[in-house]
Amino acid sequence: MATYSDTDDVLATAATWAQSGRQIALATVTETWGSAPRPVGSHLVIDDEGNFEGSVSGGCVEGAVVAEAVDVIRTQKPTTLEFGVADEKAWQVGLSCGGRIRVYVEPVESPA
Amino acid sequence: MKLELLTALNEERAARRAAIVVTDMSSGVQRLIKKHDGFGDDPLFDELDKRFRSSKSGMIEDENGQAFFLTVSVPPPRLVIIGAVHISQALVPMAQLAGFDVSVVDPRTAFASADRFPGADLCAEWPEAYLRDKPFDPFTAVAAVTHDPKIDDLPLQTALSAGCFYVGALGSRKTHGKRQDRLLSAGVSEDAFQRIDAPIGLDIGASSPAEIAVSILGSVISALRQKPTS
Repeated sequence: MATYSDTDDVLATAATWAQSGRQIALATVTETWGSAPRPVGSHLVIDDEGNFEGSVSGGCVEGAVVAEAVDVIRTQKPTTLEFGVADEKAWQVGLSCGGRIRVYVEPVESPA
Repeated sequence: MKLELLTALNEERAARRAAIVVTDMSSGVQRLIKKHDGFGDDPLFDELDKRFRSSKSGMIEDENGQAFFLTVSVPPPRLVIIGAVHISQALVPMAQLAGFDVSVVDPRTAFASADRFPGADLCAEWPEAYLRDKPFDPFTAVAAVTHDPKIDDLPLQTALSAGCFYVGALGSRKTHGKRQDRLLSAGVSEDAFQRIDAPIGLDIGASSPAEIAVSILGSVISALRQKPTS
């Protein structure tokens, strides 16, 4: 069940970071196949220095999402990433549980 | 995501109100649907309605094959049990296992004791006092099981006016008939009164306190997950 307890801190943290003037991106699990560790709707917030909070995979692919998010913050263009055993050629990281996930990474607009 | 939308979403969450962020996956354009404000005119109405019920985020396509991601934010359901009775002792752990935040309210301190309810959020006060701290909302279920109108009536009325997703009251049809007289003369409408699940629980022939607890929990889950059958 996607209740506040799963996402509470992450979205609140995202707002706090953005309001304090930090450049940030929000990553969201949009689709999962097989035994993915975190449910659809799980969030990760990342700032332009690579600090992050939350999780989209319980630790397996966060590093790669953070690296990609720093690019998203720079370009201000959203992107969709895919991770899993089927995509080892495309990605250096994978999910050890054998699942597959798709993660949407979007910039959070800073206050003008 | 615009910071304005994120802030508005966090406001809904802080107020225990349901909301959905709709993201157009091709353009990245987003909008916030606040359940509280209604969404009857929305082109995605059916899907939004279903998602508010299931509370599951997910990817959808509209009739033109356009992909949208729905980020669903729904407060955790609460169950407030009025009456620290034998049924409640069984209902508390069952409802907790099913994912509810459970509170038990009973001003009778002999009933509402920590020994009888280990690990429960227990309030040995009148419901009025509990409600001042934690008002009912549409994501709250209320089960009144004391048999005592002095304790049960006020939270039942409050639950109806707050739009709680489930309102149930223990008691025979005769007891419920007397309750109807009292609540109607206290200003509750006939329609509102009919929302009370009484005799409480699913009709499964429950007889022991634990069996009655199962039937109550079944009714609560049905009210949470299924469209009302009217």
